[in-house]
Amino acid sequence: MAGTHHGQARRTRDGGAVVNQPLIVADDVHKSFGSTTALCGASVEVAAGEVLAIMGPSGSGKSTLLHCLAGIIAPDSGTINYGGQDLVAMSDKQRSALRRTEFGFVFQFGQLVPELTCLENVALPLRLAGIARKPAEAKAMDWLERLEVKDVAAKRPGDASGGQGQRVAVARALVTGPKVVFADEPTGALDSLNGERVMRMLTEAARQSNAAVVLVTHEPRVAAYSDREIVVRDGVATMRKLAA
Amino acid sequence: MSVSHTLLGLLEAEPRHGYDLKKIYDEQFGQDRPLAYGQVYSTLSRLLRNGLIKATGVEQSDGPGPERKRYTITDAGVTDVARWLSTPESPQPYLQNTLYTKVVLALLSGRSAADLLTIQRSEHLAAMRVFTQRKIDGDLADQLICDHALFHLEADLRWLELTTARLDELATAVRS
Repeated sequence: MAGTHHGQARRTRDGGAVVNQPLIVADDVHKSFGSTTALCGASVEVAAGEVLAIMGPSGSGKSTLLHCLAGIIAPDSGTINYGGQDLVAMSDKQRSALRRTEFGFVFQFGQLVPELTCLENVALPLRLAGIARKPAEAKAMDWLERLEVKDVAAKRPGDASGGQGQRVAVARALVTGPKVVFADEPTGALDSLNGERVMRMLTEAARQSNAAVVLVTHEPRVAAYSDREIVVRDGVATMRKLAA
Repeated sequence: MSVSHTLLGLLEAEPRHGYDLKKIYDEQFGQDRPLAYGQVYSTLSRLLRNGLIKATGVEQSDGPGPERKRYTITDAGVTDVARWLSTPESPQPYLQNTLYTKVVLALLSGRSAADLLTIQRSEHLAAMRVFTQRKIDGDLADQLICDHALFHLEADLRWLELTTARLDELATAVRS
């Protein structure tokens, strides 16, 4: 019964092909902060192009798991493999290069640079990758248009609404064509209507770009935009392994 | 949902034949469960008997079909619709009774109540995905109907979460 749904859940929305290529494989990950254990044996697989929800009560370790998968923090033990590369063994420099080129991030509060315009914010990852201002901003403008926030292009983030700001953040996360977008409670600061709009646009845009989304949320209605969910409870992740 | 009140409300908007009534009901409310003709006519005859509607004309349909009666709401019918609309629905406990029984039985028989709750949880979330997709693909009416279902499923899911967090406590209580 539940198994059938899981099978369906991993199918892409349009074609119906089963997504089963693991892009990230984390195995038996442990992480403590001082005497507090955040993760104690979390194992997760993320398939290319899928939307995976990481759920669980507050303090269960779901954000720590996302930070480990994204190479933001290093686990105490366990392995994390991204596209055949050992994330744990990489140098900080290699990891941050990977984050810049392969990953995109959306947080609860957009974390846009307040001094830059929304357009400049979206163009920023491209500029950091060495792309000239004009083509970078042209591409950024395309993304703002896709996310229906072109009219805030010249505004600073502080002058845009919360919902607009999050859509600008989604544009910034996707502008480099990442393989994975990590989203930590992306709708946490928004009302239901704006939250849904952000989720719909994030998942649609990611699917069109064939980017996977790893989404941390404690809200079932947000998790319902995913293809599959895992539940983190007391630092342990429970999931069904991807079909071989 | 009260089918008779719904049909009565539709007749308040304008007089209709039974067939038209079924059609508009299905369009507006019958996405999941279209009305059966039998139910339409049995409901109409009950409304007639109770004086809430009256037959205001009989016309021969085109071709060999039966005669078609046209129904109009009466004053008593209008009062009845108004009363129904202004009376709140009693909040129903949905699945909790069945699930609670299952959880307690699992604990009493030494089975894993946590597994039972986890399976139910993913079943609920799978249902929520279906409604979410229908909402994305649908019009405003779909969105509102699906939102209602989603909020109810979410409430059940929250109960599942809370019960999972209280399993140890519950196990002690039911075994004592």
